[in-house]
Amino acid sequence: MTNTLVERDVLQRVIGSALERGGEFAEIFVEDRTTSSAVLDQRRVEELSSGRDRGAGIRVVVGDTTGFAHTTDLSERGLMGAAQAAASVAREGGGGVREIALGPLANYPTHATILPGDVDKAKKIELLRHADDVARSEGSSITQVQVALGDSTRRFVVANSDGVFAADHQVRTRFNISCVATGDTGMQTGYRPVAGTRGFELLTPDTVGEAARGAARQALTKLAARPAPSGDLPVVLAGGSGGILFHEACGHGLEADAILKQASVYAGKVGQRVASPLVTLVDDGTVVGEWGYLAVDDEGRPGTRNVLIENGILTDYMWDLLRARKEGRASSGNGRRQSYQHLPMVRMTNTYLLEGDAVADEIVAQTPRGVYVAQLGGGQVNTATGDFVFGMTAAFLIENGKITAPLRDCNLIGNGPDVLQRVDAVATDFSMMPGTCGKDGQQVPVGTGQATMRLSSVTIGGTAS
Amino acid sequence: MSELLERAQRILDSAKGTEEIEVYLSTGVDNEVQAYQGAVEQLSSATSSGIGIRVLTDGPAGARVGTAWAGSLDESAVSDTLREARDNARFATEDEFVSFARPDGVAPASLELTDETVLTTPLDEKIAMAIELERLVRDGDSRIRQVDSANYSDYVAEAAIVSSTGIQATYARSGAYVSVEAIATDGHGDQTGWGLSAGRAPRELDIHEAANDAIRRATRMLGAVKPASMRCTAVFDPRTAATLLAIIGGALSGEAVVYGRSFFANRVGEDVASSLFTLIDDPTDPRHFAASVFDGEGLACRRNILIEKGRLLGFVYDTVSARRAGTSSTGSAVRGGIAGSPSAGCRALQLVPGDIDQAEIFRRVGDGIYVESVTGVHSGVNPISGDFSVGITGLMIRGGEMAEPVREITVASTLQRMLLDVRYVGNDLEWLPGSAAGQSLAIDGIAVSGS
Repeated sequence: MTNTLVERDVLQRVIGSALERGGEFAEIFVEDRTTSSAVLDQRRVEELSSGRDRGAGIRVVVGDTTGFAHTTDLSERGLMGAAQAAASVAREGGGGVREIALGPLANYPTHATILPGDVDKAKKIELLRHADDVARSEGSSITQVQVALGDSTRRFVVANSDGVFAADHQVRTRFNISCVATGDTGMQTGYRPVAGTRGFELLTPDTVGEAARGAARQALTKLAARPAPSGDLPVVLAGGSGGILFHEACGHGLEADAILKQASVYAGKVGQRVASPLVTLVDDGTVVGEWGYLAVDDEGRPGTRNVLIENGILTDYMWDLLRARKEGRASSGNGRRQSYQHLPMVRMTNTYLLEGDAVADEIVAQTPRGVYVAQLGGGQVNTATGDFVFGMTAAFLIENGKITAPLRDCNLIGNGPDVLQRVDAVATDFSMMPGTCGKDGQQVPVGTGQATMRLSSVTIGGTAS
Repeated sequence: MSELLERAQRILDSAKGTEEIEVYLSTGVDNEVQAYQGAVEQLSSATSSGIGIRVLTDGPAGARVGTAWAGSLDESAVSDTLREARDNARFATEDEFVSFARPDGVAPASLELTDETVLTTPLDEKIAMAIELERLVRDGDSRIRQVDSANYSDYVAEAAIVSSTGIQATYARSGAYVSVEAIATDGHGDQTGWGLSAGRAPRELDIHEAANDAIRRATRMLGAVKPASMRCTAVFDPRTAATLLAIIGGALSGEAVVYGRSFFANRVGEDVASSLFTLIDDPTDPRHFAASVFDGEGLACRRNILIEKGRLLGFVYDTVSARRAGTSSTGSAVRGGIAGSPSAGCRALQLVPGDIDQAEIFRRVGDGIYVESVTGVHSGVNPISGDFSVGITGLMIRGGEMAEPVREITVASTLQRMLLDVRYVGNDLEWLPGSAAGQSLAIDGIAVSGS
């Protein structure tokens, strides 16, 4: 039994044919993905949905040009057709069909213990109902609860003209709950995700119950929220909540595609101080079970732990195969793609700040006035200017070293290289959060993480003077 | 009958017993060219097809729906999809309001949304456009130090929706776009600007306009500073105004309303906006890039006035949300491709233009801030509570004129407040890709957070 979706000899012939008209590199990526989701809205099971996507993407690299085509036809004829379409960028004519010899298959099994296909649908609904009950039991002001559960099983095989030949089996499971609380001042929202590169074992009544309680309490607490401040203040980010800061403040700017195009403020800064000495930042595809975990990336390169910034000094960028080839170096295992219909590019995996030695409570106690952010809700960056925003979805004032009044949602804004210098305390209560990262229209799962930390000053985009 | 419609009809014929089936089929052809340093950096072309099936079964307490989809139209994928949808339906909650759309007698608008020249234009011409676009930006101003990407893309898509409740709709559309991102420098720092031109075919695209737009936006931001926090009038340019309108449109979804997730709930008939504000969702206007003959359930799209001179008239509904609200569908079901189920949403918003141009708005505003780009819409705007806070770049308005550029600031208010605080609506309506067109929009009482 082969688990490569397409036989080795077919892959070899297709890659050889893709290089028929010339070109230095060709790759075929074959993917078979099944997904399922269930949504409980207003106590009703509104929708169970299942999906299947299967196809192959082929790229051919000729000089600085990449040709790409994809197809759902996995027969040899279908793949040859896609190979010819991808090869149409090679106009010089070549030396005929190339003989390709793939290496031994590197086969990566999943770490999931309960596979999505083995879970009774009724069991999923039981969990959704449990979460709904827990959320509503937090208070009668909870007026709306939406709970969703989804899983995906992604098998792929990737093979290229360098002989790389790898197969992966990725199982991901995700749960999230959104609550609305209604009070005299209008409506407020609470949200919690639970997600991992795991099977159904990730979700237990306890884990979903805890998320449900958290989401409900967040919405209820915010009913008393006052407008967030407008202007510069110290900000303490709770452990796990603030990893997105680094994802936006420097993560995207350290991706080699932006670097090679001189479209990042971090270009040419390896070896230089780019952050406070408290900042050691790692991108790490090897954290088994995390949302951004990958045994092997979508170009067949094993997931890797890469130190990007060490004690404030920039050590390296993140690389995919194409960008690494241009620089004559190895990929760092950051070549990812949303699906077979997309070209791979440089993407983060799990990006986190290493722990410091401060005590979380003391960081708050030593902040006379500021903002405490318990949860962040995403962000966006312009890598060329370094300006970035990140949103707070659960935050409080800090007054006289104590966490006090809840604040309404708003964005924070800063400039990456500037904000990284302002990290002035990092604690030990490390934790991670799952997220979805969008870049050039492609979405991939990523993790972010950090311990409780403080920025000496950052601009808070509220309305209260 | 189109081939797609025939295939969909054949799947319907396999319905069992009293179950109802809805089939959504789509096919598409896409091309994308990315130019860099005078050559093709990426070239991709693809055809894709897919199917989404919903199965509805009736029970004592109402109907249940199950959904499944596949990114392929081959026989085994179709039969697996039907089987999965059927199985999924078993687990849904019986619901008296759940139903597929039924023909409602509204005639579909006669719209030509496909320009066949998308398919007949040689690929070499499309490649040449991307390369020329990049050159125009690089050579257009000495301060442009890099063109991050210059892109050409197009598509032709066709879809069919049929159901055992009598729906039979098929539609096609094409689109072509060029976009470019320029990086300008003054030796001290970089700024970026983004230009775009859109149409239904390459012959409608204006690469000079896109190039000039990118150059102008990037170069006039050079030297941008972070101003002190203040409260003032903000003038949103057509693009950022369109972003704002699309957010407002989300809260006008009948589904958000019936589920208690919209701040507009229970406010029909009230003045929710300035009297200058008349908002229409009209997919039958062919000038709108999102124009469509049919909605996501196969009902005819129609013109819906949502807010008239500030007064909230109503919401957009799909079949199920309309039944929950005790009304009928407004032909406003949207669905996110084959994997998405229909939900109620605005498709082609436009704000009725005012009678003054942007320069006149600046003159009347006197002092304020011009908002040229926004970031963090997904992280800083809460369409349920109405909290609004986004990062922006733009220019100060001083003495009625555009003044120095500003960056690394946020503008904030609440959506409820902003609607009431609309002070001027421009006549410079711009058709843009996405669910909303836009024009210059001046809004009072905006908190600007800076240093």
